[in-house]
Amino acid sequence: MTATAVRGIGMPVKRKEDPRFIRGKGTYVDDIKLPGMLFMDIVRSPHAHARIKRIDVSKALAMPGVIDVITGEELAKANLAWMPTLMGDRQMVLPTDRVVYYAQEVAAVIATDRYTAADAVLAVEVEYEPLPPVLNPFEALKPDAPLVRPDREQKSNHIWHWEAGDKEKTDRAFQEAEVVVAQDLYIPRIHVASIETCGCVANYDPATDKLTIWMTSQAPHAHRTVFSLVTGIPEHKIRIISPDIGGGFGGKVPVYPGYVIATYATLKHKKPIKWIEDRSENLQADSFARDYHIHAELAATRDGKIRGLRVHVVADHGAFDAAANPSRFPAGLFSVCTGSYDMEAAHIQVDGVYTTKPPGGVAYRCSFRVTEAVHTIERMVDLLAHELGMDPAEIRFKNFIQPHQFPYKSPTGWEYDSGNYPAALQKALDMIGYQELRREQAERRARGELMGIGISTFTEIVGAGPSHTFDILGIKMFDSAEIRVHPTGAVIVRIGVQTQGQGHETTFAQIVAEELGIPVEYITVEHGDTDTAPYGLGTYASRSTPTAGAATAVAARKIREKARLIAAHLLEVSPDDLEWKDYAFRVKGAPDRYKTMQEIAFAAYTNFPFGLEPGLEAECYYDPPNLTFPFGAYVCVVDIDRGTGQVKIREFLAVDDCGTIINPMIVEGQIHGGLTMGMAPALFEEIVYDENGTMLTGTFMDYLLPTAVETPHWKTAKTVTPSPHHPLGAKGVGESPTIGAPPAIVNAVVDALSHLGVRHIDIPITPAKVYRILQEKGVAE
Amino acid sequence: METLPIQVTVNGRTYTAEVEPRLLLVHFLRDVLNLTGTHIGCDTTSCGACTVLWNGRPVKSCTVFAVQVDGGEILTVEGLERDGQLHPVQEGFWEEHGLQCGFCTPGMMMTAVALLNENPDPTEEEIRKAISGNLCRCTGYVNIVKAIQYAARKMREGATVHVGGA
Repeated sequence: MTATAVRGIGMPVKRKEDPRFIRGKGTYVDDIKLPGMLFMDIVRSPHAHARIKRIDVSKALAMPGVIDVITGEELAKANLAWMPTLMGDRQMVLPTDRVVYYAQEVAAVIATDRYTAADAVLAVEVEYEPLPPVLNPFEALKPDAPLVRPDREQKSNHIWHWEAGDKEKTDRAFQEAEVVVAQDLYIPRIHVASIETCGCVANYDPATDKLTIWMTSQAPHAHRTVFSLVTGIPEHKIRIISPDIGGGFGGKVPVYPGYVIATYATLKHKKPIKWIEDRSENLQADSFARDYHIHAELAATRDGKIRGLRVHVVADHGAFDAAANPSRFPAGLFSVCTGSYDMEAAHIQVDGVYTTKPPGGVAYRCSFRVTEAVHTIERMVDLLAHELGMDPAEIRFKNFIQPHQFPYKSPTGWEYDSGNYPAALQKALDMIGYQELRREQAERRARGELMGIGISTFTEIVGAGPSHTFDILGIKMFDSAEIRVHPTGAVIVRIGVQTQGQGHETTFAQIVAEELGIPVEYITVEHGDTDTAPYGLGTYASRSTPTAGAATAVAARKIREKARLIAAHLLEVSPDDLEWKDYAFRVKGAPDRYKTMQEIAFAAYTNFPFGLEPGLEAECYYDPPNLTFPFGAYVCVVDIDRGTGQVKIREFLAVDDCGTIINPMIVEGQIHGGLTMGMAPALFEEIVYDENGTMLTGTFMDYLLPTAVETPHWKTAKTVTPSPHHPLGAKGVGESPTIGAPPAIVNAVVDALSHLGVRHIDIPITPAKVYRILQEKGVAE
Repeated sequence: METLPIQVTVNGRTYTAEVEPRLLLVHFLRDVLNLTGTHIGCDTTSCGACTVLWNGRPVKSCTVFAVQVDGGEILTVEGLERDGQLHPVQEGFWEEHGLQCGFCTPGMMMTAVALLNENPDPTEEEIRKAISGNLCRCTGYVNIVKAIQYAARKMREGATVHVGGA
């Protein structure tokens, strides 16, 4: 068998999932249709904060086709008015007495079709007594601020305080520092806005006493466990199916009230219930990302050696702490914010705060707050370079963790597995022609033109996680794979993670192809159905390849070990006399005597050695020994229009290192998409509220996703530094570019304006924001 | 509610139906004809996931009433493949990794078909402008552009002759 025939690791295999998608034959949740299915639609609050005085459902109930209107009062009787969040907080499913954010779910209408349900939503009368909204987290922390969550014992809007690093050592570094730079950075609320919104079809079948929920879920097993705990239904009577998912990016990790209400409704009416959000509901009420108010300080020597980092964050979590971080990490992995730089000390503090906004703190393709971390350090390093008059590339080379320092213990306690940061940056600078660009910039500047070059050299942290440190609601963050080799050598693989476009059906097949020497077209990958797939924690935080990818490799190797015994039996030699080479077990010294996996598979069912269990299958629950640390060096070149303030990305080069690459075509596609989702909040996207707490960006007319016109033609390149602890050396890549791109873009814009005295601009860097700066500096045209 | 009769040809097959005047074309295709390849991604005519060809022109079917297309011809993603042969645009999206989650893909492909019927040799800029009414959250558009360029090449070479609009 040749590598070309097997098409295993490193091959740009065309995706196995695509034939159904390009024919319009994917099956997304809204494509599920069941006999007798009813439709649910949701009444939402027009106030950010209000007391509910009265809900009158009589007019709605009287409409033809309306079956039911469900309120919080009814759910309370079933003990379902509240549900736990993945962060150990609790969240209203439907309110009984008050609402705490604009567009919050207030009641649910069940009707025979979606049009009637939408009509009936308008007929539900709700009388509110408005209360003062709490929109700014700093105001929320004042003692006289209105209480967002009177249901809690603690009578303040402060949720938690979290620290990492060494305060004393950091304070000492700052006292001794020759230079300190400080900056406030605000990373605004944004929304993942996958093109498919969220929804479900919940179906309780009384005949089998089984509840099946097709759900837009990035973590079907974890959701099944949560549903079982919340409803009291035994877990084997719940089946969650995550069918084709139209993008996730973190927004499909939380459990939303709509899923729970639809489930309650199917249990009540014993009919399938479909609930599909519209785009406005999705943007207005689903979980948000970011909303971090950061104060950062960097201490250094006069010649540019960084000594310490001090960061304090006020994190706006909205009305419920419904983030989806590992339990012990309320601020996610933000403490990786020392980045790619070697320093003595760091001290990080984060305070979580409630406001009357939708629950926040989920990912936006960002590995648990790593975007915020990278934005902080990459901006601070540039600020230090400006302060010292150093080139931003030079200051990075001076402070990089060096290749010989790995495994590197960071001042906040992480052990970076591997890296070669200088090589990645050098490659990026050489490829883009950095020195030439600097010369061009000087010439243009002399002519009054605004051109900037921005660098970002980030370190990611993905693959949660080692179970000793990482869990969600107590469930350890391992992941799993199950492989069955059929008699003819065809294979089915089932995995505990769930694709939302990442191409698992192809990538995971390639892993098995490589490990077993079976051509990729004979391998099927299944996932997303809790009745068939092994238990896993799902796909987010770039964890699929680091965790389930490792599980798949280990399970395949277990199969190979059993196959060795069968091959020895067939070849009448001792197992020790065999070696696995060129995709077959070959007799050492006589490589022409061999058995392929296909031959061995047939023997596993027809001619296996005495005493050996028949069949050829294995499973693995993989508990990673550490996280993986992908990294990259990005260079962005921008031109700014002095007449409009518009930032144009002229060129963007991303050099990524995600360790071993399984499918280079898919990895490049992930990088293109990630860069675009990095550019989006840097230049366009922001969730905005007015003074009443009404969201002003609740449609795609106001919340601007980049189109093909604004998106540049991304250029990519790679270095390969395998992870020493992952069975394949792979690290994960989906979120690296979303994390690395924003500071490269901001650094480029600030660089373009630095000679005018500009040191920092908060994202999104809109034309209006830039034009105001140009006016202030007297250079607007 | 009052209904009106319509007759419409979808992917070459003629259907008659009684529909509410307010029924959107996208719901007619998805819920009445069970052609679920056309997706819904927003409610402001912004995302383009629901793009179909109406008498050969790309329209966002979330913003067209079913009664408006009475007597007309609709082409959806399900009608692109002919006699077991993929349309060059479908082939291009597969070859060039022009899709990830697949949700925007049908609408994106329909816009591409309309573009290539009108302009067989578009520049990258023309392609980007043509698909700017179709949002993709996964791919960053680079490979979508390549996919459409692939299809344009293929169609110019005359390997397959396809005419949009059923």
